[in-house]
Amino acid sequence: MERVKKVCRGDIRAASRLIRDIEDKMPSVRIEIKNLFAHTGKSHIIGITGAPGVGKSTLTDALIAALRKKNKTIGVLAVDPTSPFSGGAILGDRIRMQRHAEDEGVFIRSLATRGTLGGLSQAVGMAIHVLEAMGKDIILVETVGIGQQEIDIINHAHSVIVVLVPGMGDEVQAMKAGLMEIADIFVINKADRSGARQLLTELQAMLGNTQPPSPGWRPPVIMSGNAYEPLTFAESTAALGKKIEEHYIYLQNSGALTERLNRRALAEINDALKAVILEPLIHNLEKNGELQKAVEKVKNRENDPHSIAEELAQSFLK
Amino acid sequence: MVAKPGLDGHDRGARVLARCFRDAGFEVIYTGCHQTAEQIAAAAVQEDVDLVGLSCLSGAHRALFPRVVELLREKNAADITVIGGGIIPEQDFQPLYASGIKAIFTPGASLDSIVEWIKTNIKPR
Repeated sequence: MERVKKVCRGDIRAASRLIRDIEDKMPSVRIEIKNLFAHTGKSHIIGITGAPGVGKSTLTDALIAALRKKNKTIGVLAVDPTSPFSGGAILGDRIRMQRHAEDEGVFIRSLATRGTLGGLSQAVGMAIHVLEAMGKDIILVETVGIGQQEIDIINHAHSVIVVLVPGMGDEVQAMKAGLMEIADIFVINKADRSGARQLLTELQAMLGNTQPPSPGWRPPVIMSGNAYEPLTFAESTAALGKKIEEHYIYLQNSGALTERLNRRALAEINDALKAVILEPLIHNLEKNGELQKAVEKVKNRENDPHSIAEELAQSFLK
Repeated sequence: MVAKPGLDGHDRGARVLARCFRDAGFEVIYTGCHQTAEQIAAAAVQEDVDLVGLSCLSGAHRALFPRVVELLREKNAADITVIGGGIIPEQDFQPLYASGIKAIFTPGASLDSIVEWIKTNIKPR
């Protein structure tokens, strides 16, 4: 457990290799993650999500700067999509954050989705644990550019920031289920563009007549300007930083934190179950050729997938 | 990781390469232009990459490439392979190899030859 100790001391090399082993699903990882668990649970985990190109990475970069001014140590996980064709990925979120590369209080790690839907990588849950064990005060998780329904971030983050930009649709879009419901804080980014005021009005109308996800917290809307106008941008980022802090205090005081922790625990158990039951099952079936046989049966319509799944599950659970 | 050290904003080549690596099935971290050797080395360690590909068209490769190798060594990350490319005169090859740069690709090198070199020299875990 040498590596676990190193991670807890904040050793960057050990932590980054452990995250990689998690991504690569090395069998040795599970025992280390078990030992890491005792050192987790103290960080404020913040999700940053929104459509591609709305400015999530730029906002993350600005947030890092604002939070560093308050002497918070920060871990960042930035997720970008994996190619469904080659399996490769361009991980480019980091470009926006490179000015923090040498800051020892900031650890930034890019993750590829590797086929996981939901806006995150499967490794995110455990990678958060690694950053928690490193002792980071705040963990920023930037999702891939998402659509309306890739909202797995709610299973991991205490506070969720949804980033919007003007010009993406009328007020019906603001009423829709999914993404628009999960925000603890909204950011209207690129608010110097036309349509920003209208979006603000629509959002406020929507927030005014819906039940907020946590009673007692009405998601604030932050207008955030052009990153190339550093003064106003720094101001709106500072306002965002303050709202984030307020939200965490709200979660703790209102008891809403318990609900988030429940959700996270459930998601983690779910993931762990998949890792100990579903994945080895499929791996075994692949290895002994049963999976191919099952595929043939379904393809030739000799049997239906549900009966086959039941049979396989029965034989595995014996 | 594809990185551009120094004061050089010409990153068309680096971007073409990043995409080509993506299509070859690699996960590619691109860190953008105007990076110091320190930023590049720190990012490489945080991302735990197998390989750093440095692109430099400004003529400062003799100073910047070896510096990245040196910093990686200091960070206990000498196992990360560093290769380079750009406008590099032939007489600079030997000193760069001697400083720990494992391969150099200059204008005219095919994308395939670069991918091939990586596949041969970086073994999957």
